[in-house]
Amino acid sequence: MKFGVVVFPGSNCDHDAFYALGHVLQKPVEFIWHQSEDLHSCDAIILPGGFAYGDYLRTGAIARFSPVMKSVEKFAAGGGMVLGICNGFQILLEAGLLPGAMMRNVGLRYICRHVNIRVEQTDTPFTHGATGGQILRIPIAHNDGNYTCDEVTLAELEKNRQVLFRYTTPEGKNDAAGNPNGSMGNIAGICNRGRNVAGLMPHPERAVESALDSEDGLVIFRSMVEALIGAAKASA
Amino acid sequence: MATAQTEIRVTPEIAAEHGITSEEYGRIQKILKRDPNITELGIFSVMWSEHCSYKSSKVHLKRLPTKGKLVVQGPGENAGVVDIGDGWVAAFKIESHNHPSYVEPFQGATTGVGGILRDIFTMGARPIAVLDSLRFGEITATKQTSEEEAAKNRRILDGVVRGVANYGNCFGVPTVGGEVVFEPCYAQNPLVNALALGIARKEDLFFAKAKGTGNPVIYVGAKTGRDGIHGASLLASAEFTEESQQKRPNVQVGDPFTEKLLLEACIEAMKTGAVVAIQDMGAAGLTCSTCEMASRGGTGIEIDLAKVPQRETGMSPYEIMLSESQERMLLVAEKGREDEVLGVFRKWGLDSMVVGEVKDGGLMVVKHHGVVVAEIPAHPLAEEGPVYNRPMAEPAPRKESANDWYKFAPDGTDLTENFKKLLSAPTIASKRWITEQYDTMVRTNTLAGPGASDAAVVRLKESKRALALATDGNGRWGSLNPKAGAMHAVAEAARNVAASGARPIAATNCLNFGSPEKPEVMWQFSQAIDGLGEACVALGTPITGGNVSFYNETLGKSIYPTPTIGILGILEDATKVLKIGFRDEGDVILLLDGAGGENLSSANRAKEFSSSEYAKDIADIVAGQPPAIELAAEKWLIDVLVTLAEQGSLQSAHDLSDGGLAVAIAESCFAGNNAGASIVLPGSDSAEYALFGERGARAVVSVKPEKVSGVVATAKKHGVAVQEIGKVTRDNQLRIEYKGRAVVSAPVNALQDVWGHGLERALKLQ
Repeated sequence: MKFGVVVFPGSNCDHDAFYALGHVLQKPVEFIWHQSEDLHSCDAIILPGGFAYGDYLRTGAIARFSPVMKSVEKFAAGGGMVLGICNGFQILLEAGLLPGAMMRNVGLRYICRHVNIRVEQTDTPFTHGATGGQILRIPIAHNDGNYTCDEVTLAELEKNRQVLFRYTTPEGKNDAAGNPNGSMGNIAGICNRGRNVAGLMPHPERAVESALDSEDGLVIFRSMVEALIGAAKASA
Repeated sequence: MATAQTEIRVTPEIAAEHGITSEEYGRIQKILKRDPNITELGIFSVMWSEHCSYKSSKVHLKRLPTKGKLVVQGPGENAGVVDIGDGWVAAFKIESHNHPSYVEPFQGATTGVGGILRDIFTMGARPIAVLDSLRFGEITATKQTSEEEAAKNRRILDGVVRGVANYGNCFGVPTVGGEVVFEPCYAQNPLVNALALGIARKEDLFFAKAKGTGNPVIYVGAKTGRDGIHGASLLASAEFTEESQQKRPNVQVGDPFTEKLLLEACIEAMKTGAVVAIQDMGAAGLTCSTCEMASRGGTGIEIDLAKVPQRETGMSPYEIMLSESQERMLLVAEKGREDEVLGVFRKWGLDSMVVGEVKDGGLMVVKHHGVVVAEIPAHPLAEEGPVYNRPMAEPAPRKESANDWYKFAPDGTDLTENFKKLLSAPTIASKRWITEQYDTMVRTNTLAGPGASDAAVVRLKESKRALALATDGNGRWGSLNPKAGAMHAVAEAARNVAASGARPIAATNCLNFGSPEKPEVMWQFSQAIDGLGEACVALGTPITGGNVSFYNETLGKSIYPTPTIGILGILEDATKVLKIGFRDEGDVILLLDGAGGENLSSANRAKEFSSSEYAKDIADIVAGQPPAIELAAEKWLIDVLVTLAEQGSLQSAHDLSDGGLAVAIAESCFAGNNAGASIVLPGSDSAEYALFGERGARAVVSVKPEKVSGVVATAKKHGVAVQEIGKVTRDNQLRIEYKGRAVVSAPVNALQDVWGHGLERALKLQ
């Protein structure tokens, strides 16, 4: 089992994802440079947070054309597990690996704070270790997390149970009150129809130790680890 | 000089326009043994500007303590460096970007952060935290501030906050703390003081000393443009007038993405072992980096400007040398290994170009297409600028009597409404609206972000330790007594660090003052230096660097003398960080007092109280004297807090500062998830003095009942008095009883509402 963390020149959460996987969970992990088309035979790819190429245009708009993304697209098409966090989510949207788009936060300000998200689906490699309806306390840190899509796409997302995480309150009751950025349907994270590609705006890698105020992000990485173990067994 | 190809002939008038006095011009002629050409004049004018040369402050700065057993590098390099154990060092420094932030708030603030970050990674240290100490004019209309002015101050605040956020967030360094203070004097001259901290292995430190004749000089980073020309000399080294907005083109423009690339590329290039020296191009750009590297290394340097990557065509040598375009570095590589260095910068998509080489002989030679356009001895240019011991005069004492001082409310007055008003004052209210715009967590080392502890605390993943940092300053006290104001700034920053559990070890300072050409301002400056020196010696925190910002005045009116102090501390065990929030119901609340109480006359209490935040917010009084400061008491309190943290005997700790005991208790309640508190204070004088007085050397701690006797014993052993003043509750009530009567009584969530949203309401966002 090996994780790959893609490094765009402006990635700045790459080290944090690497640390969460390599140090906290003690799993093999490597960095993958954005100009490389070789994914080093990694079994799961993380697109980390940051400002890939400065994001002076639209977030992720340039990153989707990078050499590494060609390989990531192929990897995903072959069923490979890809998780985009924050800027990584934005890049997945731009690349068309996930449906929809990001707008500026309502209020037009960068927001960094802990939020509560509810796990909506557990039959994915990213969430199967969680219980349905579980509330996770995880930080956000972004300018552009206001998820949007057309009505048809939204209906499809709901019908296919592709919404993995929704913003909510600590009690999990009034979702709109817990929505920090105006995101449509209070969506914090989604997956593709194949359920092997997922993106979320909150940063699970920032919630992996009690010293950082929360360990709720671990369930996502642990789910991925277990999914890889399961896949390895199945193919053995 | 053989071929000066400059069209403009330098005259005394042109020299004067460059801010060069006739005496300074004579000195230039003596150094060159001829008249300078226009490029050379430009070079001298920026290097000898107040901002770069410290010509008015040098004679005083000498009095500051700069040595200590942990100090690896004191003032004089890009940043101060201290030993933090296990082979690690910390580089840190605070710097002002005041004038640019008034002229163009967003770009001014953003490039302030960018500049200080470069100072840190130039040393080979990876930045791990930024703090910003911000001061603005009043953002709500008052007697002194019209609604129009308040609206302008709100716009400045908004731009500055966005600018700070923009740079740190994109660069990927957490902005973990600082201060935000409001006083009318900062209306036309906000203070934006940015502090950055980085860490490195001791053996991996880099210095800005050119060495090795024949070694190539390499320019890396962003292209040079026409932005920021004369930023240091005209913008930072002169006071503001009504035309200052026209100086907008002098403000630099920041690009945090390029800086992020520059950081990664520089650190990677340094690892090749082929880099000999490196210096960032900040104030005075290419001029400063070339002559300072040569001067420090005792060498000469020669560059050809035609090789400098340029953003636009047709730039003159004068413009290239004086440009303050951001995100640029100059480095000296080992001869023959330049390709290794250039390769790293290519990988990161940055321009890099060999522009010259290190020479013997101590001359800085600047060519343009092979033609010499400037030829100046580097050492005299960098180090032998004018030094002024400017006249000083103590201002006439303020005519004040008891009538001007605060009149305490009679015994038994309910102070709840005043307390709410104080909690909602922008200086006291929660800064959450601001700090949530900063990425406070990136790199996952933040153990205590804004408001969680008295200091910002970041762990070192490589060791068991954590570092704590706090910035403090009190301009109002500085204006009433510059020496005491400076001492309080040091004491409060050190106290804040200790209240996070860390031992204060070193300081950095940003000295914001009015025009040095005014004798009263120079007197304030000299007094402040004396205060800083005394306090830093007493508290064991040598000054390792910083900067001086003079000419903080508009239309002849100076700001309050405002030294901002940043203090760094080491927490030996990162798991023992102390936070301000109350925890469990029944925990005992103790007041620690290093001075063991006060014995002032009631007139002196009123005089002292008149300098408080409460007197300003409630009665519009700014008068009297800051509280007397006892450095020994401060030291005892620091020792006790550090010892108690080590023992793990405290549930929470919070120092007393703006707003006194009542505000400290309330903040501990809010940070404790709206815990309540029931407080009984033994009375001697006015309740207002007891609740809101700002005497130093005090902290509020909470302790599990079974640990109280141990804490009391430890405190007494260090000579610190302890008073049991109440208990933590969970009934949503904050109740403070004084002389047998409740003087403050309110639901915690109601108080939290006025405090939590006070800033947003003042900004008219709610």
